[in-house]
Amino acid sequence: MSVPVLSAQVIGKSYGSGANRFDALKGVSLDIQAGESVAIVGKSGSGKSTLMHLLALLDDPDSGVLLVEGTDAKKLKAKELNRLRNQDFGFVFQQFFLTANATVLENVVLPLTIAGVGAKERKSRGMAALEQLELADKAKNKAKNLSGGQKQRAVIARALVNNPKVIFADEPTGNLDSATGAVVEDILFKLNKENGITLIIVTHDTELAARCDRQIFIRDGLEETADSPTGTHKRGGAHS
Amino acid sequence: MKFLDIVRSAIQNSFRNKLRTGLTVVAIFIGAFTLTITSGIGTGVTAYINGQVSAIGAADVLTITKAADATATASDGPAAYDPSKSTTVSLGNGSRPGSTIQALTTADLAKIKATAGILSVDPAVRVSPDYVEYAGNGKFELTVSQTGTITTADLAAGAQLDNSSSSDQLLLPTTYLDNLGYADAKAAVGTTVSIGITDYTGTQQTVTATVVGVQNETLLGSGAGLNRSLVAHLHTVATTGEPAGVSAGYATAVAHFDVSATKAQITAIKDDLSAQGYSSQTVADTIGAFETVINVIIGVLNAFAVIALIAAGFGIVNTLLMSVQERTREIGLMKAMGMNGGRVYALFSMEAVFIGFLGSALGVIAAIGVGSLISNLLANGIFSALPGLQVVQFAPASIAIIVGVVMLIAFLAGTLPARAAARQNPIDALRYE
Ligand SMILES: Nc1ncnc2c1ncn2[C@@H]1O[C@H](COP(=O)(O)OP(=O)(O)OP(=O)(O)O)[C@@H](O)[C@H]1O
Ligand SMILES: [Mg+2]
Repeated sequence: MSVPVLSAQVIGKSYGSGANRFDALKGVSLDIQAGESVAIVGKSGSGKSTLMHLLALLDDPDSGVLLVEGTDAKKLKAKELNRLRNQDFGFVFQQFFLTANATVLENVVLPLTIAGVGAKERKSRGMAALEQLELADKAKNKAKNLSGGQKQRAVIARALVNNPKVIFADEPTGNLDSATGAVVEDILFKLNKENGITLIIVTHDTELAARCDRQIFIRDGLEETADSPTGTHKRGGAHS
Repeated sequence: MKFLDIVRSAIQNSFRNKLRTGLTVVAIFIGAFTLTITSGIGTGVTAYINGQVSAIGAADVLTITKAADATATASDGPAAYDPSKSTTVSLGNGSRPGSTIQALTTADLAKIKATAGILSVDPAVRVSPDYVEYAGNGKFELTVSQTGTITTADLAAGAQLDNSSSSDQLLLPTTYLDNLGYADAKAAVGTTVSIGITDYTGTQQTVTATVVGVQNETLLGSGAGLNRSLVAHLHTVATTGEPAGVSAGYATAVAHFDVSATKAQITAIKDDLSAQGYSSQTVADTIGAFETVINVIIGVLNAFAVIALIAAGFGIVNTLLMSVQERTREIGLMKAMGMNGGRVYALFSMEAVFIGFLGSALGVIAAIGVGSLISNLLANGIFSALPGLQVVQFAPASIAIIVGVVMLIAFLAGTLPARAAARQNPIDALRYE
């Protein structure tokens, strides 16, 4: 088996200190292979977003080791870390994080702007990404004037505009009606099948979880074993 | 992120909160405006003084007096009487009322003449005529310009004095024309005036002289200039009936040195003279004294302007700290997407520099407009007697320096907020509510 894209070994994360200390993750281990689609499932507050942020190198684990293509993430230089975040990873955040007063296009091409791509190429690639998500007609609108579902699609366009190797998506369909949600899902899985992009999706949606190659169940900061009797697991397991 | 993109988004960001940016810009505007006006006054006055110095000429002339006794300062009281010392003479107009200096004796003149670099020395003869009158239009007091004989006048009409001529000539200041009964400056040229002077015995006598020209007022005062022949003539009249040996002392002497002497050589001559107990001044020194006073005033005004700018700098710190806080999430997002801390720093610094540029550019433009307007009004108003004086003038170099300095202050003010922004951890910033 090849070297996993991401490999977490007993990683833990706690917030606060002293009496206020809260262990959000208590030692989770997992390997993610290139081209896989993985769903992270669990109740609200179980630590899914925390785990995703650690895997995406946005935060440092307090304990355990995280390997990126076999390299310890702690040993990465700042420059290499920024390159990974900018070119290999695409993010869809639970709270969107769109710049309200900038246009949709400006928001979508942000990773390209940061990478130093020229204005012309930015525009063409940004428009292509928006077309994929059927948002091209809103390109010049201010981001704050989009509907919830349109915002969701805009952040997905932003996540895939730089042709990343891995897309991290935190509740990518949480704000969408079932029809639009299905469109977004189709786009993500199409990228996964056709371009071999690795998908790491945090979701409550059991059907979406079931479409992934693999599900990881998180409960109170720990991974639940496969034979644990949760409804979600059974249904997910039944589909796959 | 490309440099151009950083500049562009910094400019866009600074316009996001227009009111806040606007108020900060106003604070910088005030500082830059004041600084530009004061430096404009400095430029204008210096240009005028330099123009005067070169116009007056007499670059090869030193006015020499005996240096004041170092011991006889006001707080020490009068110095002890020394019978070997020469008498003191009271200085004429232009000096502090009641002030006296040691008179120069014939021996002093010989010593000065012997000083290396001095070509010739003449005692300055002071004459105090009683009045001047033209064509029976009434008698008016006549003030004689002490430097008038040796300097080149700024002429309104006519010609310069001819010191080699044996005819008696004088230059009238423009301010005398009306009272004496001339229609204009041209009308005065070539006319003959009579000058009244009292001799040693108390009898008033009259001397006639030709008006060869009319001069504009200068910084050196508005006295009439007399040529050598007229001075000598008046002096002879004034000393008529004087017992021999009375006027053995002179208040000042005029020495000539090589006209091609360098600044260093002039300084050497002056140092040499001062070692012997004489103080000497070139015409440029005399006028330079005005410049020193004006520079001090401008310096004080500049200090106020800089204080205003420093206050404005804190305005920038405040504005940017607020915008860093407002944009915490955006910073987090950019860092999450691989923007390095240096670029985040550059983005906020650039915003500070842009605010500084905006404030200083507007301030400088407004100052140039207002300054030029006031300068023209003054030149045609209260300064109309000093032709060529544009009080406020703008040198491109000093304008560029002002804008540059303000942008530097803005940059320094921006470093604190920019560092705060650059240091943020992406996920903490994204979680910020
Ligand atoms: N910065 C923080 N400081 C303190 N506690 C935190 C912080 N971030 C997260 N937590 C806590 O850690 C736990 C896990 O949070 P996390 O955001 O990972 O949950 P989640 O599984 O993504 O939940 P949801 O499905 O609601 O998004 C929660 O109990 C949360 O309150
Ligand atoms: Mg979450």
